[in-house]
Amino acid sequence: MTQSVVVQVGQCGNQVGCRFWDLALREHAHVNKRGLYDEALGSFFRNVDTRKSDGGTCCVGDRIHHLKARAVLVDMEEGVVNQILQGPLREVFDSTQLLTDVSGSGNNWAAGYMTYGSAYRESIVDKLRKASEHCDCLQCFFLIHSMGGGTGSGLGTRVLSLLEEEFPDVCRIVTSMYPSLDDDVITSPYNSVLAMRELTEHADCVLPVENQSLMDIVNKINVMSHGGKPGSVVRSDSTITSGRGGLSGAEKPFDAMNNIVANLLLNITRYEVKNVLQHPTYAIFAVVSVETFQAESFGLSSFRLRPTLPFVSWNQEAWKTGLCSVPPVGHAHSLLALANNTCVKPTFMELRERFTKLYKKKAHLHHYLHVDGMEQSVFDEAFSSLSSLIEEYHHLDATKARLIPDAPRLCIAT
Amino acid sequence: MSVVTVQLGQCGNQVGQELFDTIWTDNVPEGQRKTYCTSSRDRFFRRTAHGGLQARAVLIDMEPKVINQSMTKAAKSGRWKYGETSHFSQKQGSGNNWANGYHVLGPRHRDVVEELVRREVESCDVLAGFMPMMSVAGGTGSGVGTFVTQCLRDIYPGSFILNHLTWPYGTGEVIVQNYNSVLTLAHLYQLSDAILVHENDVVHKICSQLLNIKPISFSDINGVIAHQLGGVLQPALTPDSHGAYGGNPLGELVSALACHPEYKLLSVCTVPQMPTSSIAFSTFSWPALLKHLRQMLISNSKMEEGIDWQVSLPPAAGRVRGLTPGSFNVSLANLLVLRGKDVFSAETGGFADPSIYTSWLPSEEAFSLWKSPVPFNKYEKSATLVTNSQALLRPLDDMVRKAWNMFASRAYMHQYIKFGMSEEDFLDSFTSLEQVISSYSQLHS
Repeated sequence: MTQSVVVQVGQCGNQVGCRFWDLALREHAHVNKRGLYDEALGSFFRNVDTRKSDGGTCCVGDRIHHLKARAVLVDMEEGVVNQILQGPLREVFDSTQLLTDVSGSGNNWAAGYMTYGSAYRESIVDKLRKASEHCDCLQCFFLIHSMGGGTGSGLGTRVLSLLEEEFPDVCRIVTSMYPSLDDDVITSPYNSVLAMRELTEHADCVLPVENQSLMDIVNKINVMSHGGKPGSVVRSDSTITSGRGGLSGAEKPFDAMNNIVANLLLNITRYEVKNVLQHPTYAIFAVVSVETFQAESFGLSSFRLRPTLPFVSWNQEAWKTGLCSVPPVGHAHSLLALANNTCVKPTFMELRERFTKLYKKKAHLHHYLHVDGMEQSVFDEAFSSLSSLIEEYHHLDATKARLIPDAPRLCIAT
Repeated sequence: MSVVTVQLGQCGNQVGQELFDTIWTDNVPEGQRKTYCTSSRDRFFRRTAHGGLQARAVLIDMEPKVINQSMTKAAKSGRWKYGETSHFSQKQGSGNNWANGYHVLGPRHRDVVEELVRREVESCDVLAGFMPMMSVAGGTGSGVGTFVTQCLRDIYPGSFILNHLTWPYGTGEVIVQNYNSVLTLAHLYQLSDAILVHENDVVHKICSQLLNIKPISFSDINGVIAHQLGGVLQPALTPDSHGAYGGNPLGELVSALACHPEYKLLSVCTVPQMPTSSIAFSTFSWPALLKHLRQMLISNSKMEEGIDWQVSLPPAAGRVRGLTPGSFNVSLANLLVLRGKDVFSAETGGFADPSIYTSWLPSEEAFSLWKSPVPFNKYEKSATLVTNSQALLRPLDDMVRKAWNMFASRAYMHQYIKFGMSEEDFLDSFTSLEQVISSYSQLHS
């Protein structure tokens, strides 16, 4: 089985990451009754026996000694990481996986990307390399960060481009937290748009998460298995957009136990699903059902759902189903839907508007331009990148109502 | 004569395991079956040092899960097993990407695979040929499978290669399945002697409507495929075999059916097919079986249920295009394999009728008949028809159409280009397949 490394950057990234590790351990504890280090555990954790002299890594099939997360934690201030190291998860990380500084990035993308990015480049690459060397077969990097701040946004996207440079063959999947409308960081539109451009260039796949949506879900749900912090919930219509203009690559199906980038808690009522899913145009739709579904009955229900979803003309059957017989902790069933569709477009358009409002007045721009290596052209390029992305989605949506004829085929002279 | 099977990818390994199981189950020696069983065993298995049976197979996959399952399943049965070292796997899979399989993983692991095949070949007294088994929808079976077929062609230019392909459900199992299928078929057409196809949609219907299986799993599907393949490949008395069982099934099949390099697509159907529990209560007669089978052939129906009896042979001057529904399925060549009781008295004249065949091949050349008095797989009488006809034309056309639509918007292309392919490669493959479609469409009797 293959392994994945989680890279959590910034305050938000580390807080969400922390919930992820907590949840991952619970899920494995729930299922792994014999205390053996199996392949499922191996994809996110190392098994370390500190009594051994050679560094202690154990193989699959041994008893569990100490589980260490396959992770790199980066933050330019110490608060959050220190909290993690004092909390119940302290054993899961060791000091070689952490990179911290004291002063933070001041909610400034340029500070994160350029200043800290250059200063810590070697150190970051070193830690990533160490993490990947512990892996038998590294399949992908998961990056968790927020878009609105300075470290997660700036340094996070710098790490992303480093990942592409140093590990070009390894898939990069990014979970990005987008700021909500009433976000208290004034410069979050700048940071988000600048970061978006990096995502478009360097990420293989992006799972955007909106804080506002998370709050809505929290309010709706009666019983939350974790504390009030909505750090690890994915909304049912969260979308995947790939790095290349919104056309997602063929997804690699995740092994069910490992599909825990965020909680698989989904209380989708049929009503909600119908409403939410009918508006956008779909490029691709993947569903992982976590319970003992019979393949046939699941096929039937997806057959019923599929015709209600408008797909693009060139990908009419872009539907993939996965089944897993192990439900998540605390639930009898769960359903995860991953969709690459155009419903992310309004979010981007809102973001563009907020950016334009600030940029027109050149508000706060001097904080960015003071940073070594930062120029106004970077802003312009990021803006045009976002605009062309929105155009592509517009284009897809425009094809929704029209019946597109088949493309004319090659003719063979007889 | 021995057949070396190369099982590629998840599907290839699962179907292959079912096939060997079916063949073994059919080989219970009793009385007149002795020569039959000996021949079958020699064809598909070899004796190990401990006297057990080991399949003449090489198992290849880019992830370990399915190979482990197949090998364990075989070994657990206690009846036959795969060679301990006859397999090769990696960890990451091919990501459902033909380009990854063909351009990267195939070449990377070429030497290991060639070595495994060579060992199997050397253990054969006389090599009949190779049967690579794979699906066309994914990345390993399709991409690595095509590459391996190419290696086989390079290293053993004189041996027969019959590729067994499983085509995916039309509604889609893998989103880029049409790309992978087009690329595979276009390449295999140049490399393979003949391509024997099973379609998941068709086999699924057989499971649900004939065999009454609910719910249908891939294991059931593979069972039907294995039964049909076994019906073709198990020993039989052929015109060339002079009363003995030991002939070359691949060579004789290819020479019977692949009469022109432009026409290599073969499909199979078998009668009767019914739930095992019903077999004991059914009686079969050759006239009834053969009548149904013939009508299945000309109306392009793959099952005994729902045959369109309205379809009939056109008048001599009639010319029918292959793609219109309800029209008559023109054959180039047919191979009929009869197994079971009273096989020598079966009347097969209906299949030698020149009006079923194209005009440029005389029916004595176009129709071949193999017989075996040994009942196959619990059926007192069974008939398997391997046909080179327009039967696969429509599914092929659908596949190319969907792939072309995707290609027209360049969707997913970046995933293939990053592994070393170009748009020209795609265009070449499309051109080859359009040529094949055109050739088959133009057939008339």
